[in-house]
Amino acid sequence: MARRGEAGARGPKVRSDCWIAIELRDQGGLEIQFQSKVAGLYGDRIRTRMEAGCAALGIAHAAIACEDQGALPFVLDARLECAARRADPALTAEFLPEMRDCCTYGSTRDRLRRTRLYLPGNQPKLFVNAGLHGPDGLILDLEDAVAPTEKDAARVVVRNALRQVDFLGAERMVRINQGERGLADLDWVVPHNPHVILVPKVEDPAQLIAVDTRITEIRKDRGLKGEIYLLPIIESALGAWRAYEIAMATPSIAALSIGLEDYTADIGVPRTLAGHESFWARSQVINGAVAAGVQPIDTVFSDVADTAGLIASVNEAKALGFVGKGCIHPRQVAPIHKAFAPDPAALARAQRIVVAFEAAEAAGLGVVSLGSKMIDAPVVKRAHTVIDLALTTGLIDDNWRDADA
Amino acid sequence: MTKLVTNAVGREVPVEINGAEAVPFQGVGQYRPSGRKAAPPIATCSDYPTDGHKVVKSLKVALENAGLRDGMTVSSHHHLRNGDFVANAVFAAAAELGVKDLRWFPSASFPCHAPMIDLLDSGVIHHIEGSMNGPLGAYCSEGKMRGMGVLRSHGGRWQAIQDGDVHIDIAVIAAPTADPFGNATGDRGPTGCGLLGFALADSMYADHVIVVTDNLVEFPCIPWQIQGNNVDQVVVMDSIGDASKIVSGTTQITKSPDRLLIAELTARFCDEAGIVRDGFSFQAGAGGTALSFALFLRDMMRERNIKARFVRGGSTQYLVDMLEEGLTDYILDGQTFDLEGVRSMRENAGHVNTSPFTSYNWHGKGNFASMLDCTVLGATEVDVNFNANVVTHSDGRLLHGIGGWMNCLASKCTILPIPSFRDRIPVLVDKVTTLCGPGELIDVIVTERGIAINPQRRDLIDAVRGSSLPIRPIEEIKAEVAEIVGGAPTPPEFGDKVVAAIKWVDGTVIDCVKEVRG
Repeated sequence: MARRGEAGARGPKVRSDCWIAIELRDQGGLEIQFQSKVAGLYGDRIRTRMEAGCAALGIAHAAIACEDQGALPFVLDARLECAARRADPALTAEFLPEMRDCCTYGSTRDRLRRTRLYLPGNQPKLFVNAGLHGPDGLILDLEDAVAPTEKDAARVVVRNALRQVDFLGAERMVRINQGERGLADLDWVVPHNPHVILVPKVEDPAQLIAVDTRITEIRKDRGLKGEIYLLPIIESALGAWRAYEIAMATPSIAALSIGLEDYTADIGVPRTLAGHESFWARSQVINGAVAAGVQPIDTVFSDVADTAGLIASVNEAKALGFVGKGCIHPRQVAPIHKAFAPDPAALARAQRIVVAFEAAEAAGLGVVSLGSKMIDAPVVKRAHTVIDLALTTGLIDDNWRDADA
Repeated sequence: MTKLVTNAVGREVPVEINGAEAVPFQGVGQYRPSGRKAAPPIATCSDYPTDGHKVVKSLKVALENAGLRDGMTVSSHHHLRNGDFVANAVFAAAAELGVKDLRWFPSASFPCHAPMIDLLDSGVIHHIEGSMNGPLGAYCSEGKMRGMGVLRSHGGRWQAIQDGDVHIDIAVIAAPTADPFGNATGDRGPTGCGLLGFALADSMYADHVIVVTDNLVEFPCIPWQIQGNNVDQVVVMDSIGDASKIVSGTTQITKSPDRLLIAELTARFCDEAGIVRDGFSFQAGAGGTALSFALFLRDMMRERNIKARFVRGGSTQYLVDMLEEGLTDYILDGQTFDLEGVRSMRENAGHVNTSPFTSYNWHGKGNFASMLDCTVLGATEVDVNFNANVVTHSDGRLLHGIGGWMNCLASKCTILPIPSFRDRIPVLVDKVTTLCGPGELIDVIVTERGIAINPQRRDLIDAVRGSSLPIRPIEEIKAEVAEIVGGAPTPPEFGDKVVAAIKWVDGTVIDCVKEVRG
């Protein structure tokens, strides 16, 4: 039986993280040894916190070694718990950091999802400032960005982050793993106020029903309220073929996305910058999503250094009908938001349409026209969407009707 | 034990340093020494070779000729940065000569000078007066140096030489190119490093001046950044430095998204505050954030067709690009950080080499630094009253040099773009560990979590009112950081021994560093 476990990262290149090893013993109490680059500044608190962690986890006798490179408290907590679980796989107690007030805000089904920034689930140092870059959503990724051997570590880190890290209003998203492991991931995150669960490699509505069912069970057990939305990611030919069916699988689905690395591998062609090979699949996702009344969201642009390429890619996505794009680097957020902002001509036209519609309504006219063109309801709705986006982006303010258009 | 008094910024400082009287800091702009400037002994040209050939066989011979003896002050310079071979060779030769208790007066020391620790231990060197980092910083912080370290700014070093606070017995100047007469330049040669401005005062005021080169050219060496008429002897070494380490490691644009955000906010602040306009001037150092700031500024200038009159550096390829693109008329260069800077200095008349005298000398008749529209600098800590630390970390250890930092605070708008915390260590604190810059000179702090403007700068506060910049009180940002890192850190424990004094730009003592415990 494993009596020893270790977790975290060590070595000269590690920053803002720590390494903890626990050897469980039958007697002798706790023996804690640590070296830390902040030993003089936070040594007492690190020791106290480790003792509290052991108490919460029911560990009375153990030798604990820690090498700390300035890990934040939620990271230290997570490494300790993960090491303890690796030492004793039967451990069920949790060492939960306090749920901070900044972690309790909610989301809405129709909120803007222009950008969603991926954060590798086992690299907590990237979490703390992620919200400062202003993405609409932040994804704590338990799936592809986490090495298979660190899946358990990432769960603890992500759970603690959901309770401690201020994401500054960004939608709190978690990407779970595929299949059974993904369902087990839900136990770790659902109780801690995630807004959206990203479900990878979906090609069957049953996958989403399974996720939804598990979420409902966890919430019922714990008496949790509030919505959790699903965002299925289509990454195969079969998934693309069934896009509409998938988008309709459960009422909790708020958006539908596509992942092109796996999709192009599935159809057996290289992924190109031009993207002709995925045109059908992307259109299929857009149409499936819109038909189901959810948001179609595009994949990531993976060359971080190529800002011009990113902008071209967002413009293309926008022209096809996507309303959002994935990001793998915080510096991608601002260019994407800029590209999704309405262009001045479209905004001016939307303003004229809304003004004309409101004037017609006030005059009790049944038919609205602008110039020689008739304006019908979908046109007005689209104009409102454009104006809402301009308001959010700061292009106009609430008093835009008073401004000289 | 050293007697301490409280100075004008409330810090306890020694009134005596290594046996000499020291003046406590009296407030910004207050201290005015009187009398006449220091001067070297009167030399007579007939005492020197008529053929102008001053080359001697070795450093050891040169030091012997110079009359090196116990207790003397020997200076060196850091234009070869972490690639310098010369300072180590000088003190190794002094050790061979059996000399003791020397005062080493470098313009800065680098990790490559770690061998000096053995010479400090063996008594060859008594103490260091110059910025210490890496192994030497740790050695001094732990109280192992016999004498008290003295840290000065680049301008403060010139001031100390000029007003006689430091008398240099022997100056040794590493020269990438020199002629047998002693004329020397740094802008060419296999170890070309740009300019030799840090050594200029030494060449003019030291009793004895030795130029050391690995690239001896026939007279005349043009340009002569150092004039041979001030030089006593010339020594040729196989190599004066490791060219690959002369170029600073800090001249890369940062890739950190958080630092880029800080740099972008800094540039936006300058714009919103009305600083970025035709004919303006700015200073940006070679740190990753400062370089990125310059690039954001450059994009802004290009877009709006704005041109700077001059840029102060720390020159790098990025500033050189701006000069060549016509975005600035001049680079006034105080220290060349990369090879593009060195090339530009050789080729472009708009790339002007300066010295601490022209840049920001306390005893100058005016101050370039105070004429700059904005200056961007780093810091290890800033307190809620905008006082800043640049030499120690929160654990109390000496880790950085002052460089020109103190001098540059004189600008019209001094901005510190800094992260609000590093790893778990808050950068915004209640009280800085070591006070190097009085808050009244620090106008703006730009962090990733918001921008804090010094309440004394009503004009700046008014200028950016209504902008979309995240302007916040400094206390609020500090409180947010405290939440993230799990409370304010426990202050480090210090012993009673003062290990280093920090001198303000005017030569008064603004703070001191005590021995760290544990």
